[in-house]
Amino acid sequence: MIPFEYVRATDVADAVAAGGAPGAAYLAAGTNLLDLMKGGVSRPTRLVDITRLPGLAAVERRDDGSVRIGALVRNSDLAHDPAFARTYPAVAEALLSGASAQLRNAATAAGNVMQRTRCPYFTDTGSACNKREPGSGCDARGGETRLHAVLGWSEACIATHPSDFCVPLVALDAVVEIAGPAGTRSVPLDAFHRLPGDAPERETVLEPGELVTVLVLPPEAARFSGHSRYLKVRDRTSYAFAVVSAAASLRLDGGRIAEARLALGGVALKPWRAREAEAVLAGRAPDEAAFRAAADAALAGARPSGDNAFKIELARRLVVRAFQRAAAGTPERLPALPGSAFAPASEAAHV
Amino acid sequence: MSVDIVLTVNGTRRTIPIPDPRTTLLDLLREGLHLTGAKKGCDRGQCGACTVLVDGRRINSCLALAVSLDGAEVLTIEGLAEGDHLHPVQEAFIAHDGFQCGFCTPGQIMSAVGLIREAQAGNDPERVREAMSGNLCRCGAYAGITEAVLEAQGAMSQHTIRDSATRQGEAA
Ligand SMILES: Cc1cc2nc3c(=O)[nH]c(=O)nc-3n(C[C@H](O)[C@H](O)[C@H](O)COP(=O)(O)OP(=O)(O)OC[C@H]3O[C@@H](n4cnc5c(N)ncnc54)[C@H](O)[C@@H]3O)c2cc1C
Ligand code: SF4
Ligand code: FES
Ligand code: FES
Repeated sequence: MIPFEYVRATDVADAVAAGGAPGAAYLAAGTNLLDLMKGGVSRPTRLVDITRLPGLAAVERRDDGSVRIGALVRNSDLAHDPAFARTYPAVAEALLSGASAQLRNAATAAGNVMQRTRCPYFTDTGSACNKREPGSGCDARGGETRLHAVLGWSEACIATHPSDFCVPLVALDAVVEIAGPAGTRSVPLDAFHRLPGDAPERETVLEPGELVTVLVLPPEAARFSGHSRYLKVRDRTSYAFAVVSAAASLRLDGGRIAEARLALGGVALKPWRAREAEAVLAGRAPDEAAFRAAADAALAGARPSGDNAFKIELARRLVVRAFQRAAAGTPERLPALPGSAFAPASEAAHV
Repeated sequence: MSVDIVLTVNGTRRTIPIPDPRTTLLDLLREGLHLTGAKKGCDRGQCGACTVLVDGRRINSCLALAVSLDGAEVLTIEGLAEGDHLHPVQEAFIAHDGFQCGFCTPGQIMSAVGLIREAQAGNDPERVREAMSGNLCRCGAYAGITEAVLEAQGAMSQHTIRDSATRQGEAA
């Protein structure tokens, strides 16, 4: 870790002023940033500590039915907020399927959205990486690509965005509120992360000094509480990043699908909203044939970026299963293994 | 530039100079305060050996910057027992062979104390295992660890029930 200047911001204006300087980075809990600094991947010369900014650590419900998640709300506090988890069960399930209890206790909402890719060639400073060092090449190509993208990738970069939280958020039309040197603005989460194109080093639409202040779920997001799931296939069922994940939500009316929402994780450099699949489901009966058609639509544009063609079929099957579970109804209590795509183990099966 | 921070460590409030802001809470505890209970396994948030409670919540001290925690209350394994009187989680780990080499144990025990405070797992062993997944044990003492957490949780709720009954008895 290279030396840096430590600045503790006292309000948003103060943070934005300090955060706009070249070499500055915002420090939330540090669970991603410090990790990358230790590896020499991130090399900020100034850390602007935002953990004490007033007013950003609350979950606020508005009369119009929207909810505002402050940038500093801790992942575990949000997932265990009973009213929030009841209304947005797939968001709670996604949060609790990620990382570990210790990490979730520290990690902030905005830090989760802003976390960097887990591409192992990005984190290894001995490898060529266009994201870390523009123009240097991409050692992931032809390398170990199990966790790399099958949608939206480019010749320059095939990495994925690793967040679980973002997947149901993008399905529910979350909006990111941003404060910056030029004032405040709002950007839909779907337009917040950039696909790699030929500039994979530009990861989000944030300009220097801009700070995420709030994540907003619009009133319509509350309509799916009865039929929402997040399923995540990982190499082990806890404390592992997604190979593929799916957030599926349904609004049913008289035995038909009035409205469907679908997003995929682990497949692209952003949380992947599958609007084509949603359109396929509108008006249909919630049965396996409909869900298969939706899965085909969601993955229609997918192609492997290496030895990862299996992820395409895996994603299709996961979409079907996530919708089947969503159609069956949100469970009264979150399952013991959040996000698990498998049936619950019978007791003592693996003690 | 050295910064002074105030931390309450295991009940004692102290002013601590931080000469280098790169210092993690784990390095401060081990190198600065000579509290070597919290272990450095991976130093990257992947093993849980460095788990301590900060303001009552379990976190990985290897991924927390000490300067950022100015004003916090930190509880480490060294502050858990009351004199020779072990904490119920410590007793349960001994009773159930919740360790072999012991390297992961301070982190496991602090994580278990945090888990019991969070009160999300109930008596379900699967939920306990899931909530303890941030603590790896290379000796594979997991079966004993799960039993220990469940027993300690039961014992502590019994204590709470007894304590409040005693208090009510005294009030009457
Ligand atoms: C071992 C391990 C396993 C993990 N497993 C998972 C998993 O399974 N699923 C998952 O989703 N995540 C996982 N994570 C990642 C974890 O969710 C993130 O590290 C965490 O959410 C980051 O939040 P933070 O508050 O610590 O952010 P920080 O590390 O403080 O910041 C992360 C980045 O965001 C920037 N930033 C922070 N706040 C703001 C803001 N308000 N505005 C603008 N920029 C900001 C920082 O400058 C930095 O670049 C794992 C992490 C570890 C270490
Ligand atoms: S896939 Fe992207 S992040 Fe990974 S090495 Fe290539 S350019 Fe870097
Ligand atoms: S040393 Fe902190 S998690 Fe491994
Ligand atoms: S007891 Fe040896 S690592 Fe857990």
